[in-house]
Amino acid sequence: MSAVMPLTVDPVTPAAGAHAAPPGREVVLRPGRRSWLGELRELWDYRDLVLLLGLRDVQVRYKQTALGAAWAILQPLMTMVVLNLFFGRLLGVAQHVHGIPYPIFVIAGLLPWTLFSTAVTAASNSLVTHAGIIQKAYFPRLAVPIAAVGAPLVDCAVGLLVLAGMMAWFGVAVSWKLMLLPLLLASTLTAVLGIGILLASITVWYRDFRHVIGFMLQVGFFLTPVIYPVKIVREEFQALLSLNPIGGVIEAFRAVILDTPIPWMHWSISATTGCLALVVGLMHFVRMERRFADVV
Amino acid sequence: MSQYVIEIDNLSKRYLLGRLRDPQVNMGEALVSAGRRALGRLRRLGRASPDRLDESFWALHDVSFAVERGQVLGVIGRNGAGKSTLLKILSRITEPTRGKVTLRGRVGSLLEVGTGFHPELSGRENIFLNGAILGMRRREIAAKFDQIVDFAEVGRFLDTPVKRYSSGMYVRLAFAVAAHLEPEVLIVDEVLAVGDAGFQKKCLGKMSEVAGEGRTVLLVSHQMAAIQSLCHRVVMLDGGRVTYAGDTAEGVGRYLRSLRPQNGSQNLLSHTVRQGDGRITIRSMQLRDTEGHTIDHAICGQKLVLAIGYRVRGGSAVSRVVPSFAIRDSRGVSLILHRSNFTGQRFDDLTGEGEFTCVIPRLPLTAGQYEVGLNIEVDGRVSDNLVAGGLSVEDGDFFGTGCGGHPGHSPVLVEGDWACQPLRAA
Repeated sequence: MSAVMPLTVDPVTPAAGAHAAPPGREVVLRPGRRSWLGELRELWDYRDLVLLLGLRDVQVRYKQTALGAAWAILQPLMTMVVLNLFFGRLLGVAQHVHGIPYPIFVIAGLLPWTLFSTAVTAASNSLVTHAGIIQKAYFPRLAVPIAAVGAPLVDCAVGLLVLAGMMAWFGVAVSWKLMLLPLLLASTLTAVLGIGILLASITVWYRDFRHVIGFMLQVGFFLTPVIYPVKIVREEFQALLSLNPIGGVIEAFRAVILDTPIPWMHWSISATTGCLALVVGLMHFVRMERRFADVV
Repeated sequence: MSQYVIEIDNLSKRYLLGRLRDPQVNMGEALVSAGRRALGRLRRLGRASPDRLDESFWALHDVSFAVERGQVLGVIGRNGAGKSTLLKILSRITEPTRGKVTLRGRVGSLLEVGTGFHPELSGRENIFLNGAILGMRRREIAAKFDQIVDFAEVGRFLDTPVKRYSSGMYVRLAFAVAAHLEPEVLIVDEVLAVGDAGFQKKCLGKMSEVAGEGRTVLLVSHQMAAIQSLCHRVVMLDGGRVTYAGDTAEGVGRYLRSLRPQNGSQNLLSHTVRQGDGRITIRSMQLRDTEGHTIDHAICGQKLVLAIGYRVRGGSAVSRVVPSFAIRDSRGVSLILHRSNFTGQRFDDLTGEGEFTCVIPRLPLTAGQYEVGLNIEVDGRVSDNLVAGGLSVEDGDFFGTGCGGHPGHSPVLVEGDWACQPLRAA
């Protein structure tokens, strides 16, 4: 015989510093629904998992790429250039935008829109892409779609830096309204999570939604004032447009960046739609969640 | 506070077969079938619809048992018996259809080695991610980080992406994370099937250590050696029901017997390839376990009883009879020969029909397939000689350490005791 089998057995060192286990909680597993409150409390217990799953997406994103994290800057820049050329110049949308350079106008709308669309896509597909761990480990399932928002959020932060650079370049002034930025982000995330969580729990059963989402977002791009100012739309349709949970938010975002009057009305309509989506999404998710592992 | 850490009451789980087979239900189809169902319901209004029931499958049926604190319970059964479904319910991955489970304490389950490992991430990053998936806080993982790395023996490769790891390293790292979870109830599914012998040993050691600390372990395995050396009790499942709960040795025996329902006795009268003068003929061969049950798998290190049925030709008695058996490997090389005269036993005045039995107190063969040859001599002359058939040996605990030798290396085991006497220190 050539190979010598390992016959040594390493002694197992007792777990040093093994602390006393936390007092036993009693858990009863039975068919039926779970309480919302319990769900959210448990999600809080697993907050590190949400963080680490999100971090993983960010870490993995640019592994084995030559340009690495530079992509986070290049992508919004290139989209902005393309939109500027085609819509701004060739189709003449730029002439409806007064007082601000069109590239700044576009990127100020593009950043929240990109956050919205990439995060909704990622969250919607998240349960299916995480089928492996859903079938093999227990954790609050909400952690998965929430964590999926992490990487788009980081990209958005990088994009904001690009925007800041461009504003300096074009000499656009900054106003106190920038203080509203966190509120706007919260508003965007509400809409993202509401729609993302709802679509995620539907996509588990119907993969059709993976295609539907792409199409919906494409249509949404044009129904949202990203590349055009909302005032080119007829007055009576403007409020309708802000039923779109991200529409009013994007208008407000732009107003904050460019120091124009904040469209409070449109923003609050959008925010209400967003909150409604979040409630509906959570309700559906919690109802379906216990069957994910059997179906996904 | 109850002494039971896990209490399972009439637990049942039903799967809908249509969904099981094809999770990627097409929405169009779903709409069509929903419409059809609605129509059907209208048509036979008030009548029960049995057609939905036969689409379902009960993976578990009224399963009840309880596990005490500090106990190591083995769950055994054939493939499809419901073991994995049971563990999935206990791990809260899927919900029961009926019944109830009460868990007292933190449950850590290891249903798969390396759940959530990402190939692009380094060992270090994966330790944190995997730990979080198993329910650990970051602070907790950081506190045990060095222990985990030591246990996994991957120190040098900590910052290498795990896709470059050997499969052994991958498995070691994954088990190490789970082993340091320190739950009050540890649920483990068949993870011992991976990794080399040395590491398996280490995992077994870790698990018995966990049990020694007063925690409870639930272990599913097809490796009876592991079950026997670790478990205090076993529960056997078959077709989604508990068919046995109790003593480990008895349960393992039942499991091995259940592997092939027809008993292991072989009728040898019809064999035509045989030698000898025929004064005594061999009628049958049976393998039996400690309790005298017929088995068709022997277990390494376990007691094995070989029973040889005989018939004496004519009315006259025969004396000075020596039965013997030989065990050969798959190439026909003889490994063991045992003749009754080796132990000074000869049998006299035999007439009619009867049975020789030979007790092998601890079968010294590693897991594998062997062949048994039987021979009976009368007065030093061969009366009957034939190949009785195959003998399959399951891995077992020959050395009392959970070890059943290295089947790939040598089929025969021998007892031994090591010592070391250093002559000169360096």
